[in-house]
Amino acid sequence: MSSEIFLKPKYDFKVPIDASAISPNEFSGKTLEGIKNIKIWEGNKEKTLGDLFIIEGNTSSEVKNMKIILEGDFSKVRRIGSNMSDGEIIIKGSVGFHLGEKMSGGRIIVEGNADSWLGSKMKGGLIEVYGNAGDFIGAPYRGETKGMKGGTIIIHGNAGNEIGCWMRGGLIKVKGDCGLFPGIHMKNGTIVIYGNTEGRCGALMKGGKVIILGKVPTVLSSFTFEEIRSSVKANGEKIDGPFYVFTGDLNEEGSGKIFISTLNNTHLKFYEKYIE
Amino acid sequence: MKILIKNGYVYDPLNKIDGEIMDIAIENGKIVESISGEVIEIDAKNMIVMPGGVDLHSHIAGSKVNSGRLLRPEDHYKDIEKKTNIRRSGVGHTIPSTYTTGYRYSEMGYTTVMEAATPPLKTRHTHEELNDIPMIDKGCLTVLDNNWIVLDYLSKNELEKCAAYIGWILNAVKGYGIKIVNPGGVELWGWGKNVKTIDDQVPPFNITPREIIRGLCKINKMLNLPHTIHLHTNNLGTPGNYRTLIESMKCVSDLSNGSIILHVTHVQFCGYKGYSWITLSSGAEEIAKFVNENKYVTLDLGQIVFGDATTMTADGPFQYILYSLSKNKWINSDVEAETSAGIVPYRFKKKNYVNAIQWSIGLEIALLIKDPWRVFLTTDHPNAGLFTSYPKLIAWLMSKKAREKILEKVNKRAKSKMILPSLEREYTFYEIAIVTRAGTARALGLKNKGHLGIGADADVAIYDVNPKEINPSKEYKKVRKAFRKAAYTIKDGKIVCKNGEIAENIFGKTYWVNVDIPKDLLVSTISEVKGKFEEYYTVKMENYAIHENELLKSAPLKINSNL
Repeated sequence: MSSEIFLKPKYDFKVPIDASAISPNEFSGKTLEGIKNIKIWEGNKEKTLGDLFIIEGNTSSEVKNMKIILEGDFSKVRRIGSNMSDGEIIIKGSVGFHLGEKMSGGRIIVEGNADSWLGSKMKGGLIEVYGNAGDFIGAPYRGETKGMKGGTIIIHGNAGNEIGCWMRGGLIKVKGDCGLFPGIHMKNGTIVIYGNTEGRCGALMKGGKVIILGKVPTVLSSFTFEEIRSSVKANGEKIDGPFYVFTGDLNEEGSGKIFISTLNNTHLKFYEKYIE
Repeated sequence: MKILIKNGYVYDPLNKIDGEIMDIAIENGKIVESISGEVIEIDAKNMIVMPGGVDLHSHIAGSKVNSGRLLRPEDHYKDIEKKTNIRRSGVGHTIPSTYTTGYRYSEMGYTTVMEAATPPLKTRHTHEELNDIPMIDKGCLTVLDNNWIVLDYLSKNELEKCAAYIGWILNAVKGYGIKIVNPGGVELWGWGKNVKTIDDQVPPFNITPREIIRGLCKINKMLNLPHTIHLHTNNLGTPGNYRTLIESMKCVSDLSNGSIILHVTHVQFCGYKGYSWITLSSGAEEIAKFVNENKYVTLDLGQIVFGDATTMTADGPFQYILYSLSKNKWINSDVEAETSAGIVPYRFKKKNYVNAIQWSIGLEIALLIKDPWRVFLTTDHPNAGLFTSYPKLIAWLMSKKAREKILEKVNKRAKSKMILPSLEREYTFYEIAIVTRAGTARALGLKNKGHLGIGADADVAIYDVNPKEINPSKEYKKVRKAFRKAAYTIKDGKIVCKNGEIAENIFGKTYWVNVDIPKDLLVSTISEVKGKFEEYYTVKMENYAIHENELLKSAPLKINSNL
């Protein structure tokens, strides 16, 4: 039997809240009272979930039947859905940093905006954001070199800088625009950007694909132009082009590929003279 | 505070006490004959009582340590120390924050730690950090071999003036001894080069590493410093470098009159035989043979511990090699100071051929050198492993079984080349006390440390393991556990650690040498140097010197030089 748990903030949060406990894995098998007593940090004070949120609904003993619905402003609440392996989280509002960190399965749906490090080090599952998202999507914590490994992140709005940083697998789709350095340090996996980017795509990448359907100001000089291709596959889905195809980053002896729509980037036409 | 430690098995090698049941009395921060009146009694029955641990080579403070912290945010966030009523919060792991460094040493029963390399120009930073490290006594060794003025004097063979200048620097920056890092090579690194043998020329000074080592060794004697020269050899971390090591040790052989005149540090990194990384093998037998025959040299291990590490040395060219091999992120810092540190994060893996050989070299050297007074236990923290891994090392040295446990998992080709599986020797508790405290304290020339005789500093570690009942060879896990968390750590006569938990937050002293140099020699040398100083340095000579009140607890050792 599926079960739904509703969480609403009791007041406007002023300091960050570490909410790695809000996940189907933590909630399953607990009574409503048990969930209310889960320990959680608000700033430097240890509190319980019940102190911060109005919690209603019924629980399930199985993770996959758990559905957590968050209503209100969660933009100060971090690490929701951390390490979740199954079930569903629906956020009717905006949400803070590190949503779905290290998640390996299940679904997270955000109806508002998501903040930076969305799906950080994610291994599997799906995150779908209907608003905008911040920087470092799928990226690991600062200094680490192992990013997103699997799963799918879909952003219907815009995204920030350095999305897919250190990515090792999986798929990131951005329906809107994105900032600088998409696919920086990327090793494998796919990034599809339907809108424009601010540029410097794939800097220091060693492998993987970045597909850009909108505008790109320039291509980094450490990438070589390969060919024009009529279409490209992103995780099995065919995307029509045509595309300029670049390989790099040669600074890292990489063999990553950047696909840039020819139709929206006529200023890159001069590359065509390099086709033999 | 008066403390009486009762009925413990005391290991005090400097006073030749090997596991006797004794009482240790402490009053006013010193060990005393007997005490009366109101005392705190510690029942150490069935426990080991040793002097507090003394580490003579560890990178715990200073410019490159801090650069390492900045380079590695990922190092810290999984290892967080919470604030309590006694201790401050902090982060741990390969490069712990200052407070955590002090606490973790203290939890293992260590009470004195020497920061191994600090460029004179950046020593103010080192002292600022040392001031913030609680629980332990400390000091820092000053890197002096790639200092232009020193090189200039050495090339002209003006040893007296050079000695006066070095004496002045040690006084000025509050250093404890002369550290030599890749002599000549680090200077050349400023020009993108390195030296290959100890007889290569170092332009523009036209001096060789051999001359630098010999010169500084003589100066060390002239200044009468408590510690010998502390040498990090040339060609560190390159295959075939055990020959360079032996050459470097040989080159001062005629300067000894039977006393110890040279300390070679993290010897594991310079014990490589073979012509490339593929043919790498262990030079431990040759090194051990030399050290067994020549009594004027001491070593410390720099033992590899498998897992995460952050390599950081003042040897820029070596770090560049390591960066080229690992392709990891790196920093080359301090090139503008009198040295050129490099920092590269590194992970030592059991299945890696080279790493497995490296691991065996350290242990082979420790087991093949017969005299434990001349080989000390270190991991060159955080280069080859963390100081928190010392209990693991102790277990490896005390138990063949513990070594075999690792040997089962290491690279097979490496194992077939090692002589380690054939070594039967197992250290006793007495020998462990030598390599971790008595020997190191003696090598550093700290007279009140490393023993429990009357008048010694009341630095005591008590470990909850019964040496008469336990068989460390078989039950090495118990030994490891006991050394990981001391039952009691007593520092300056206060119980600072109890059952591996910090009980009181105190600050230790900073040792430095206050060398007495004849006034006319000092004045003439300084007036000669001043012009060069104005030309070479970014700071005024007056600002270069660190005032004594910049140290939290200054502990100068008054030295009468032979000048």
